[in-house]
Amino acid sequence: MGGIDPAVLIASLMAASVPILLAALGELVVEKAGVLNLGVEGMMIMGAIVGFMVTIHGESPVLGFVCGALGGAAISLVFAFLTQVLLANQVATGLALTLFGLGLSALLGQGYNGLKPVQTEAVPLGPLADIPFFGQVLFSHDWVVYFSIFMTALIWYVLKATRLGLIIRAVGESHEASHALGYKVNRIRLGAIMFGGAMAGMGGAYVSLVRVPQWVDGITSGAGWIALAIVVFASWKPWRALIGAYLFGGITVLQLNLQAAGSWIPVEYLSMSPYLITIVVLVIMSSGKGKASLNAPAALGQNFHASR
Amino acid sequence: MTRPILLQVEGITKAYPGVVANSDVSFAIREGEVHCLLGENGAGKSTMVKMIYGLVKPDSGQMQWKGAAYAPAAPRVARAAGVAMVFQHFSLFEALSVAENVALGMENPPPMKALAARIKSVSEDYGLPLDPARMVGDLSAGERQRVEIIRCLLQDPKLLIMDEPTSVLTPQEVEILFKTLRQLAAEGTAILYISHKLEEIRSLCDAATILRRGKVVGTADPKASTARELAEMMVGATLTPPERPAPKDWGGDHAALEVKGLSAPSPIPFGTSLKDVSFTVKRGEILGIAGVAGNGQDELLLALSGEIKSGAGQISATGVAVGGMGPAARRGIGFVMAPEDRLGHAAAPDMSLVENAFLTGGVRKGLVRNGFVDWDAARGFADEIIKTYGVRTPGSHVAARALSGGNLQKFVIGRELMQEPDVIVINQPTWGVDAAAAAAIRQAILDRAAAGAAVVVISQDLDELLEIADSFAVLNEGRLTGPRPVKGLTVDQIGLMMGGAHGMEVSHHAEA
Repeated sequence: MGGIDPAVLIASLMAASVPILLAALGELVVEKAGVLNLGVEGMMIMGAIVGFMVTIHGESPVLGFVCGALGGAAISLVFAFLTQVLLANQVATGLALTLFGLGLSALLGQGYNGLKPVQTEAVPLGPLADIPFFGQVLFSHDWVVYFSIFMTALIWYVLKATRLGLIIRAVGESHEASHALGYKVNRIRLGAIMFGGAMAGMGGAYVSLVRVPQWVDGITSGAGWIALAIVVFASWKPWRALIGAYLFGGITVLQLNLQAAGSWIPVEYLSMSPYLITIVVLVIMSSGKGKASLNAPAALGQNFHASR
Repeated sequence: MTRPILLQVEGITKAYPGVVANSDVSFAIREGEVHCLLGENGAGKSTMVKMIYGLVKPDSGQMQWKGAAYAPAAPRVARAAGVAMVFQHFSLFEALSVAENVALGMENPPPMKALAARIKSVSEDYGLPLDPARMVGDLSAGERQRVEIIRCLLQDPKLLIMDEPTSVLTPQEVEILFKTLRQLAAEGTAILYISHKLEEIRSLCDAATILRRGKVVGTADPKASTARELAEMMVGATLTPPERPAPKDWGGDHAALEVKGLSAPSPIPFGTSLKDVSFTVKRGEILGIAGVAGNGQDELLLALSGEIKSGAGQISATGVAVGGMGPAARRGIGFVMAPEDRLGHAAAPDMSLVENAFLTGGVRKGLVRNGFVDWDAARGFADEIIKTYGVRTPGSHVAARALSGGNLQKFVIGRELMQEPDVIVINQPTWGVDAAAAAAIRQAILDRAAAGAAVVVISQDLDELLEIADSFAVLNEGRLTGPRPVKGLTVDQIGLMMGGAHGMEVSHHAEA
């Protein structure tokens, strides 16, 4: 265990957490609006391939991230159309979206294997980065890391203190009451779904442009599912989603470090640990009938059709 | 009365597939007038006001607001004109605070702090004090209604629409509400009051328009008419009160249903836990349990039906301890129940009447043979219910959802009564049912009691309970008052049993 430097560990867990944090934040907003989109994995991998392709051709990672977000939002429209217009079951549609995204991204990614995208560099913060320990932990990251923290704060503020946030929460709490007050339930949910798609797409782009960085089929390898688990773990609170993401990011990084340090625990157990812990967390959170379940949006997963 | 006309409704028609909700409806509301729309459930009252509030668009006809054409495309437009509405089923968000709920109903709410201060001051001015920071899920039904009213009042409405506002209030809370409404009317706000409760209308309203099956069948001055005249206009027929068969002594003081010290946490979010509930019901007796909605009625039904298990000794029926048994086992010994929500709890909406008949009747009617469903027998049972209880349906093959509320309710209650139970528990037997069907259901319950069953009826309709029950108890915050004989009870005593005004202050109205 001696070979693990805490500053490096923290810095790398922050970077490792970006994809699941972005995706979790997006899904958090979607679920706050009362929609359960299980297609996070599919939206992430669409963002990953679209962002990757654009960066290869356009040579600009920033443009890649923007297009990754657009890719995620575009595929989320499929989900939005099926569930909000055709009133299809949200769970089934979400699962289908994941399968669709995995397949479509593999098709689009033909011929992109082995290519290297332009690198996303750390933001130059000059002397700040030279501060011992904190310099490496806080001031040595690329812009997406800062963006993810900024989005955490922004979403927290919007949901808590603005009228837009209040309306989103109201729609997720009771679509009947929102409709009676004259709010366009399905339109608000459509917006939330697209936002969730964009965030997931951007998280996916971070995987293919920064974390790996190259294209292989199924590159997101279950990050979308972890993001979904984090939303529940965080009981729909943005800052807790950040903590949750860092926790899971930390486990991922730690297990890689442990592998590198030649731990006595077999590699297989280490690599499965984030997923195992996801399952354990979900079981614990959903078995408690107390506060965690009360904080869930009351209309989560229910479709709305204005009848009379 | 020469006050100017505020809202004129002319020839409004609205049809839904299969039903004409409103047909050529016309009436006028004057400024500062309390105008009543009177009609039974399903007479088209709610659809009418939704059109005034911009939630539904009329097919034809027109409205005029202060003499100018008025056709709101959305509630926003109606609110801007000065129309505010308090809904029948609350349009509130349980997990949000009072202030947030109010903000959602406003066009341009002030910042939260200023809004909270205004809620406090306005609510006290009108004798409806409210704490803006509290979570709506923790409020009583009466307080929730205050939230809705305050939400309307903050917008300074010219016309306040109230859709069946008193169905969730105790008699004392109704008095407080009426004082507030009279104060508003005196200040020049017109009130459109929707109800089917005649005494309320006679004490509150200046004018009444009576609807039946979507049509205006008359207008009346409620203060000059008797309740009977209004009722006959509303129903279109003379109503006969149910016959009560002569009481019979079933021998012994052996209780058919005995509940002792029943406590159970609520499985429903924001629900009410049952606290030390005890009562006994003898054969041939009907116990009526009243109480404002959300005081533990649903939980009591769940505990009695076996959906919440309790200690074995806490509930015994026909001498058997049933506390630890599930619903099917309880049915087996002749202890049946009919829950309130007919689409979802009492019946499976998308299954046929035959299947629904089997679902609760299978055990007692022997509809299972060698582990297989005996569909012929099940069909026979369903047809028998339909015939005996006069359920209007094309046949037993149709889905439960396709029946009207009253007909499905007759089917659901009939299904339980046909099983010849010794003990039966019914929650809200006539909720949302028209007067004729309600009378039929009440008669069926009385007949079953006369045949020797112990009956518990949980209801929010006080008149219904006073009409059919022998003894009367009230659920208040999960506790049950001791049952008292119905004979000799006054409405005031009942109100006090229901917790009076739920400890709510009456504010300046006390001196008014």
